[in-house]
Amino acid sequence: MLTDEQIERYSRHIMLKEVGGKGQQRLFDGRVLIIGAGGLGAPIALYLAAAGIGTLGIADADDVDLSNLQRQVIHFTPDVGKPKVESAREKMEAINPAVRVRTYKEWVNAANITDIIRDYDFVIDGTDNFAAKFLINDACVLAGIPYSHGGILQFDGQTMTVKPGESACYRCIFPEPPPKDAIPTCSQAGVIGVLPGVLGTIQATEAIKFLLGKGELLTNRLLTYNALRMKFREIPLKRNPACPVCGEHPTITEVKDELDALTVCDLKS
Amino acid sequence: MHITLNGEQADIAEGSTVAGLLEHLQLPRERVAVEVNLAIVPKAAYDSCGLAEGDRIEVVHFVGGG
Repeated sequence: MLTDEQIERYSRHIMLKEVGGKGQQRLFDGRVLIIGAGGLGAPIALYLAAAGIGTLGIADADDVDLSNLQRQVIHFTPDVGKPKVESAREKMEAINPAVRVRTYKEWVNAANITDIIRDYDFVIDGTDNFAAKFLINDACVLAGIPYSHGGILQFDGQTMTVKPGESACYRCIFPEPPPKDAIPTCSQAGVIGVLPGVLGTIQATEAIKFLLGKGELLTNRLLTYNALRMKFREIPLKRNPACPVCGEHPTITEVKDELDALTVCDLKS
Repeated sequence: MHITLNGEQADIAEGSTVAGLLEHLQLPRERVAVEVNLAIVPKAAYDSCGLAEGDRIEVVHFVGGG
């Protein structure tokens, strides 16, 4: 049951027929894990806390750096040097004290990810390197947990939602990570600060729609965005029978670290 | 021949392959995935995968930042 204070707080949600009191309760019962408390993670964490998602996990081993503040709007200038997950938790709890925030000050890897994601209904990838992106895909597909992929670089972004066993996964498109150093990172090539706001907000929307069970998820479509040309495009996708993790003859049957995709400069970005 | 490349009409040489198209676009193959008529083409097949009139081709870039 929602309290009077909650009814007022979420009144603009509750008046939507797609949400209502029942939907708001569903959001409060929902558990979403945000991996990465950086550019994408910042708007995701802020909006999901504001929306009243009852349990929010946030994972990141990094500390706030001055160069983060141009886009990672959950971290403020006095937070420089503080663990990102602590900085994020403070803002999330300030927006909405009713939200239970669980922090994981660690990088996800093959040894810990399955245990971490197990407690969540929906996972959001806001990470900044391919090793993590492929790991999150594999772990979610193998555990059957739906998730949102997101990526940004310079003026380009892309996102898709994966429902394991039902829709195309990240490896259906990209069977394996790019060779080390083939693709620059944000710290090497730059990123326009507003870009993660656009992409992260879309990812947060997907989590909310999933918990509500309303609308159409961004499945079997990769949404691409270019901020310079101000163009959105949808690339139609379907499951790839040769996908190494969700195809007909999977070669990946347990999570593994993509060591070649893990570079030191990725970790610093 | 006419193809649709990332949603836009394009003309490419008769008998082009996926590898030839990427070369024409000056895109290194390790940076992209290529979908032809909704099917992802395995990298090993780029040289042998011929394109045909009316094909719908999507060249998808790796975007790894966050």
